Amino acid sequence: MIQLEQVDRNFMVGEQQVRALADVNLEIAAGEYLSIMGPSGSGKSTLLNIIGLLDRPSNGKYRLAGRDTTGLDDNEQARLRRESLGFVFQFFHLIPRLTAAENIGLPMILAGIPAEQRQQRIRQLLQDYGLTDRADHRPDQLSGGQRQRVAIARATVMSPQILLADEPTGNLDRASGKEVVRIIEQLNNNGITLIVVTHDPELGRRARRQLHMVDGRIVEDSAGEHAHGSR
Amino acid sequence: MVPADVFRFTLTTFRSNRLRLGLMLSAMVIGVAAVVILASLGEAARRFVIGEFSALGTNLVLVFPGRTETSGGIPPLVGEAVRDLTIEDALALLRSPAVIRVAPINVGTAPVARGRLERDATVVGTTADMLQVRHMKMAEGEFLPAVDPRRAEPVVVLGDTMRTELFGTEPALGQWVRIGDRRFRVAGVLESAGESLGIGLSDAVFIPVASAQMLFDTPSLFRIMVEAKSRAMIAQAKQDVIAIIRDRHDGDEDVTVITQDAVLQSFDRILRALTLTVSGIASISLAVAGVLIMNVMLVAVSQRKAEIGLLKAVGASPRQILLLFLTEAGLLAFCGGLIGVGVGELGSQLVQWWYPVLPMGAPVWVIPAVLAVALLSGIIFGVSPARRAARLDPVQALARR
Repeated sequence: MIQLEQVDRNFMVGEQQVRALADVNLEIAAGEYLSIMGPSGSGKSTLLNIIGLLDRPSNGKYRLAGRDTTGLDDNEQARLRRESLGFVFQFFHLIPRLTAAENIGLPMILAGIPAEQRQQRIRQLLQDYGLTDRADHRPDQLSGGQRQRVAIARATVMSPQILLADEPTGNLDRASGKEVVRIIEQLNNNGITLIVVTHDPELGRRARRQLHMVDGRIVEDSAGEHAHGSR
Repeated sequence: MVPADVFRFTLTTFRSNRLRLGLMLSAMVIGVAAVVILASLGEAARRFVIGEFSALGTNLVLVFPGRTETSGGIPPLVGEAVRDLTIEDALALLRSPAVIRVAPINVGTAPVARGRLERDATVVGTTADMLQVRHMKMAEGEFLPAVDPRRAEPVVVLGDTMRTELFGTEPALGQWVRIGDRRFRVAGVLESAGESLGIGLSDAVFIPVASAQMLFDTPSLFRIMVEAKSRAMIAQAKQDVIAIIRDRHDGDEDVTVITQDAVLQSFDRILRALTLTVSGIASISLAVAGVLIMNVMLVAVSQRKAEIGLLKAVGASPRQILLLFLTEAGLLAFCGGLIGVGVGELGSQLVQWWYPVLPMGAPVWVIPAVLAVALLSGIIFGVSPARRAARLDPVQALARR
């Protein structure tokens, strides 16, 4: 599903070059539940961004579903993000002037799906995540947990194969966090490939496969110690 | 993206920031309204002047004595003998099949008196046909009698102001007035016609042309008004007039012939060009509005960085981001333009209300043209902010809270 070969990512900070990722080799199979942990600045978010096609590697190869993504232009990458990838962020990133239902439908609007089909799918998701009575509320009228559920609904509205979550519980209280974790693990049980970046060891340990990063390198991969997490 | 969704999404950006919306709209509204009002004014001036000229009569050809040479050079030392334009010349013009009426005209100023009341008036010597040629209407009595124009009948037709000044409310028909040292019987009174090109017909009196020649002691005419049979015959009438006069004046072309049509057309051209120029100058304000749109859009792009990053994360291509921001700028400019057209029309109505003489009303091409220019300026000035948005790095855009 996901193959990274000798991926580097360098940034220029002033005059100095910073290696956010150094020689990362990683293979993730379909349906895996993977957590990426490490201290701040270890490159875990950069890795997630590269997997999510929001960023490009400076060197190396990234193959997604067997397809080399390095040669794709911005418009083709956008299409892949729309159809194959879903993002969940720590700060939800909902558009404040749109209602919950409108936020959920955004990727479908970008994909050019007709309104009728959209309504059906949105209604389904609102029901699945217990948000039906919140459909016409704006984000500032929703609780943190509700906002993150809207964000998850938006990430999954196009039925992607991969869900990328960057500190999904980082901005939530314990109860809401638990609920969010339950939802994304349920999605993983139904076959979606789940990749979670987190500081929180408790959340990280829940994943079947755990990566630890330090200074842009993967220093520990539980897949090497145990049986492969792929199904 | 479906176009309907592009518009719907853009509309949500409007409801989120009212102040920004108001600012951008008002700039465009003012610019567009200015164009519409100025174009209306120009058009009103054109219609006013054309109206005045048309009121002179229809299908007119004017003949003046003397030749206006525009070829330059030193004027001849020995004056060219300009032959008088006579009543016989005027009557001879009727030989042309293209001419249906002629009105020889002689003009002078003389005191007009009734008893001890005396007024200086413009005295116009002419013939019976003048009434139709000049589109005048009678209020009382008859116009000059249709007799041989060479006969100096002692009759006079008064303009309506002259009538009230000399007779007040008393009956005027059949009464005698003195013009210079001659007596004339009042045959009729003209209907109030207002002003036409600054010549007040109300202050004038009309007498037979032969009487005027005697009064002013001149055999020459001031001009001849010739009415052609139809619009199509005007050119023919002009040619015939020149040919007939040349024939009668021993081969000299010593008159100047102007057609009303030609005068009308040049005024029309000049005033149209004026309208266009004034509208063009006003259009500069649309570019100014465009610059404002650009600034506000640039601010919007930096304010909505997180949103743009998010849109990219959920699959918006740079092309779609570009389209969204261009639509926003274009729609703003166009809506501003629409409101501006309304405000401009309202302003025109107001001017009309203040100056009822001016036939206000923007020429038809102005409204689509000004809307197109507004839309275009919105889009052109939207390009730079939209490109900035499209090129935004999603990782950085999403990183900040």
